[in-house]
Amino acid sequence: MTTTSARDLVPRHGRAPRRAGGPAVYTAIGVLGELLITLGFLVLAFLVWQLWWTDVEGNQAQAEIVESLPWAPPPAAAAGESDEATPVVAAPRRDEPPVMPEPGHAVTFATLQVPRWSDEPERPVSQGVDRPTVLDVLGIGHYPETAMPGAIGNFSLAGHRTTYGKPFNRIAELQDGDPIVVRTADTWYVYRVTSSAVVTPQDVQVIDPVPGQPGVEPTERVITLTTCHPMFSARERYIVHGVLDYWAPVADGSPAEILGGA
Amino acid sequence: MYGWLWRRLPGPAPVRAVILALAAVAVLAVCFQWVFPAVAPYMPFSDTTVGE
Repeated sequence: MTTTSARDLVPRHGRAPRRAGGPAVYTAIGVLGELLITLGFLVLAFLVWQLWWTDVEGNQAQAEIVESLPWAPPPAAAAGESDEATPVVAAPRRDEPPVMPEPGHAVTFATLQVPRWSDEPERPVSQGVDRPTVLDVLGIGHYPETAMPGAIGNFSLAGHRTTYGKPFNRIAELQDGDPIVVRTADTWYVYRVTSSAVVTPQDVQVIDPVPGQPGVEPTERVITLTTCHPMFSARERYIVHGVLDYWAPVADGSPAEILGGA
Repeated sequence: MYGWLWRRLPGPAPVRAVILALAAVAVLAVCFQWVFPAVAPYMPFSDTTVGE
C-alpha cells in the first residue's frame, strides 16, 4: 500500500496525458454520479434528523422546561403507617375558576397531561404558535388572543403530531369524555373531550370563541387542540374540542384523573 | 471525486479510511447542528396550526 502511494506521487504528471487521451466526459459523468450518490445520503440523513433526532432533542428540551418550572408540587398526605406519601385528590370545584392574564410571547405558563396517552410525559404549554420560537423548541403553543385556561371562550392549542417531540402524536386516540388536564402555577383545569374532526388548514373558525360560529358571544369554557393530519403531511388539520369539567386549586391536591383514578 | 480524494490522502489505507470516516462524521454533525434546522422550515410537512 505504501509503495502504491509512493509510486502515485512520482508519475502524476505522466498520468495526465493518458487521462486527456481518454474522453473527459467519462470523468465528468463519474463525478456527477458520485455527487448524486452523496446527495442521496444527505437526504437520508435529513430524514433521520427530522423523524428521529428532532424527537430526541424535543422530548429532552420539553422535559427540562417542565422540570424547571418554579411551581410548588401538589401536596401529598404525610406518611401514615407506610412511608410512602400518598397524593391527595383535589375536590372538583365548579364555581368561577381563576383565569390568569395572557403572558408574553414564548412564555411557558401551563402544562398539559392526557391520561389516555399513558406514558406520555407532562408537556409544557407556551404562548404563541409560530414554529421557530414556540412549536419547534417549546412543544405546545397557545394561539394568542384565544381564551386562557378556565376562561369563557376557546383555549386553543397547537402542537406537532410528528417530529420535534411530537406532543400531539396520539391525538387520534382521544375519545369523547376523555380528560385533558391543564395545570397553571396554582390551578388545575380538567377539560373533557366533546368532539374530534379533520378540517382544512383554512378553517380558522375552529379556534373561534364558539368553535365554528364566528362572532357569537361565548358562554362555555372550551379547549381546542389543533395538529397536522394526516401524519407527516400538512394537508389537513386534526382538531379536538373539549369543555371544562371542573377546576381545583393545586394547593388542594391533584385531580383524580392523573392519579390513575376515574 | 472520491478516487481523487483517496489518492490525495496521506498514509496507508487504514489511516485513509479513518480520516474519511471522521470527515463523514464531521459533515453529518454540521448538517444535524446547522444545515438541517435551517432547511426544515421549507419542508412541506409538520405544519400544525390553522390560519394563514
